[in-house]
Amino acid sequence: MDEAGNADTFPKLLLHHVAVRAQRPAMREKRFGIWTTWTWEALAREVQALTLGLRASGVTAGQRVAVIGVNRSRLYWSITAVQCLGAIPVPLYPDSVADEMSYLLAHAGVVAAIVEDQEQVDKVLSVLAELPALRLVVYDDPRGMVDYDSGDRSLMSLEAVLARGQEASSAEGLGSAFVDLVARTDGAATSIILYTSGTTGRPKGTVILAGRAVRAARETVAADKLDENDEVLAYLPIAWGGDHYLNYAQGLVAGFCMSCPEEPETVAEDIVEIGPTFYFAPPSTLEGLLTRILIGMEDASRAKRWLFDTFMKVARRWGEPILNGTDGVPLHGRLLYRLGEALIYGPVKNVLGFSRIKVAYTAGEAIGPDLFAFYRSLGINLKQFYGQTEAFIYISAQPDGQIRSDTVGPAAPGVEIRIAESGEVQFRSPGQFVEYLNDPVRTQESMTPDGFVRTGDAGFFGADGHLRIIDRAKDVGRLADGTLFAPKYIENKLKFFPNIKEAVAFGADRGFVTVFININITAVGSWAERNGLSYASYQELAGLPQVYDIVLNHIRQVNRDLAAEPTMAGAEIARFVILHKELDADDGELTRTQKVRRAFVHEKYAGLISALYRGATECFVSTDVAFEDGRHGRIEATLRIADVNGEHRLRSIPAKTIVA
Amino acid sequence: MTVMSAPMTFAVPSLCSPHAVSSGTPTDHAGAAACCLLEIDRVSLRFGGIKALNDVSFDIRSGEIRAIIGPNGAGKTSMLNCINGFYRPSSGHIVFEGVRRTHTRPSIAARGGIARTFQNVALFKGMTVLDNIMTGRALKIRSGILKQLIRFGPALSEEIEHRRKVEEIIEFLEIQAIRKTPVGKLPYGLQKRVELGRALAMEPRLLLLDEPMAGMNLEEKEDMSRFIVEVNRTYRTTITLIEHDIGVVMNLSDRIVVLDHGCKIADGTPAEIKSNQQVIEAYLGVGG
Repeated sequence: MDEAGNADTFPKLLLHHVAVRAQRPAMREKRFGIWTTWTWEALAREVQALTLGLRASGVTAGQRVAVIGVNRSRLYWSITAVQCLGAIPVPLYPDSVADEMSYLLAHAGVVAAIVEDQEQVDKVLSVLAELPALRLVVYDDPRGMVDYDSGDRSLMSLEAVLARGQEASSAEGLGSAFVDLVARTDGAATSIILYTSGTTGRPKGTVILAGRAVRAARETVAADKLDENDEVLAYLPIAWGGDHYLNYAQGLVAGFCMSCPEEPETVAEDIVEIGPTFYFAPPSTLEGLLTRILIGMEDASRAKRWLFDTFMKVARRWGEPILNGTDGVPLHGRLLYRLGEALIYGPVKNVLGFSRIKVAYTAGEAIGPDLFAFYRSLGINLKQFYGQTEAFIYISAQPDGQIRSDTVGPAAPGVEIRIAESGEVQFRSPGQFVEYLNDPVRTQESMTPDGFVRTGDAGFFGADGHLRIIDRAKDVGRLADGTLFAPKYIENKLKFFPNIKEAVAFGADRGFVTVFININITAVGSWAERNGLSYASYQELAGLPQVYDIVLNHIRQVNRDLAAEPTMAGAEIARFVILHKELDADDGELTRTQKVRRAFVHEKYAGLISALYRGATECFVSTDVAFEDGRHGRIEATLRIADVNGEHRLRSIPAKTIVA
Repeated sequence: MTVMSAPMTFAVPSLCSPHAVSSGTPTDHAGAAACCLLEIDRVSLRFGGIKALNDVSFDIRSGEIRAIIGPNGAGKTSMLNCINGFYRPSSGHIVFEGVRRTHTRPSIAARGGIARTFQNVALFKGMTVLDNIMTGRALKIRSGILKQLIRFGPALSEEIEHRRKVEEIIEFLEIQAIRKTPVGKLPYGLQKRVELGRALAMEPRLLLLDEPMAGMNLEEKEDMSRFIVEVNRTYRTTITLIEHDIGVVMNLSDRIVVLDHGCKIADGTPAEIKSNQQVIEAYLGVGG
């Protein structure tokens, strides 16, 4: 492991790498079809120019600067440059709508915003009247930015800020002005403010200190043996704590190279070209990739399909034992697996860009056992961790060789975990946050008097010392007869079926359990195509009686599983409805990280829920929807409610969309 | 919190930044409004006894977006075909950049700086997006076929230069994700965008678009409109387009010429056209 000196801030780490590995690659980005690479030395020079340029534009220590956009190299430089000034970067999600953004910009009291492009500039300018503190808007992509009038506020291209900084630092290499600024950065000061999506209420600004952040990253970099030879592709939102930790913080600690994709749409090709060695993906992404492979295989020739099926059987049998280094794998198993690696696993991994993966993590949601086993059996070292922005970021993680799909591993290095009386998981971690910005009430609520942080999740340790998460503590309820009801647990079991994209279970204080279902249009659509069923939209597909039959079979399977578990028996699903629209963050039904906002859904679909419990067989719903371009419309439909144990035939009902 | 000391400047992004697409042919835009790029002078076109165009005259000014509208069979596409030399006018002539001619050939018009897209997409379906746009550079390639084959010296650096230009267009049209996809596999709206890309690769001074938004949904139309406006502004390309969506035409165009049964019935700004009685009649068929 590398001795990163005693640097306690990210700017100091940057200078450390310039001293130790100036010519190693630090960052890559694809532009005009070609990967551009910055060495640590080149990166530091860019950051220097940006730092001095921002200072010349009036940004000073202690101020907060918003950074809004997708994974662009220059936005990452901006985060570092702001930190070099002793100011505080506040990355925000670029897909937030204007009033969400207005709230966050005002809440964080930002004085400057560094944004990706015209779209973000428009959004910021549209709410400028509510933001008297915001004096400077800087944009990266100049496209469409001629003829802009920003009134009395300063609007500049990032190019111009860089030029201003280069003027101020006429010296070759790194000047003393910049080095002095970096030396003044303080490990005890705030490094970044990360807004958490908040499944309830307004987002919370998690304040992370520099020294703690660096210490936390050192722990996991050492545990996963990451070094300067590693590569990552930063494709998840820069405002998300996970990206900031896994790519930015770990990258600056370990000195590895971070690549930015050309466009969000090109990630699939970019990852193949980069071949990351460290990779993170939420289960939903892994699910999507698996679906893509399976659909591709269905279109392949018969010989290829046979090869794939045959060797996937071999992988399921021997892949995981070989990966875990277990003894007792017979020679023929090893040989067959070797052959499979050459014929199937290698090419499949190559198509996904997973050929060089050393460590891959998944987190955020429970992962289906089959899905998890698929990747591991291919020889990809996929592991699970459990984390929170408040912990920055790991709470527990699976060490190599101790992998199970239903646990999130023992406590991560340096983390203390305890289970409270109530069943809630509480922790103390090296990167632990200090407070929620301007929110002493919720800060206090989230901490115990002895300094542990409440996660709000219910969980327990198994005999193997691994943590298992059941659900959000406040969501775990009981049915009217006292049976334990863990909605997320039931929903996850449903979502493990490729045909079901999302599920929302109801049942707290009720007589029985009911669910809303969102089908996966890729999987079900492909099935419909193969079976000659025509459909024009999601609504139509979701309403087909045959699709109800598929979902019904899945639910019966889940009910059998639930009945077999002593704690969950009695909470089987009695009735369900397939929704006419996909739950969507733009309609407020999901968080920006695609988690269901339970309370909101409860309220919005109150009529439908009461129909489920009334015993009705159909229900008329009319819901407002927001389209991607900001227009609003309404979807109206009469939905069929099905009984899991009933036998009656279903008929399809047409649905319609009205654009208002 | 201290107030920023920065001067209240409004920075115009410089055209030499790596993001900006530099214009191949710098024209003096300030003086462009009055400058006439192309003049159609009493052009008629006959097919046997049918008069497709009858004594039509109008002009296209440098830097403007000029729309040609009219009911089906009014002679709009015939007009474009005369401009780029695909048809030879039966009488009358066309003055392009001060050069007066009665007829020309498409290849000469293309070399002269006139590019076009077609009503029905005319791309090489089996080739990738990149290669299709690259074909737009064909007229600009200087090295011989042998040198190109062995990718020797100047031929290689020339190809790199062309590829760079094509990549700028790919970024401009936001089609990076389909760079290597065969065109035949793409949805119609994207094929139209690729066709525009190929026309742009010629770095034309006059761009003829024949129904660029036909068959598109609302979102695709909005995207295409945005690209047309940006082409006009960024590259300073003069654009002449035929389009049936009147809402789009009114929003995009600086001036509109209206044809009906081969005759020009109106010519003016969108506001003038909207209130022109003859145009209303031609479209609604009143008195027709």
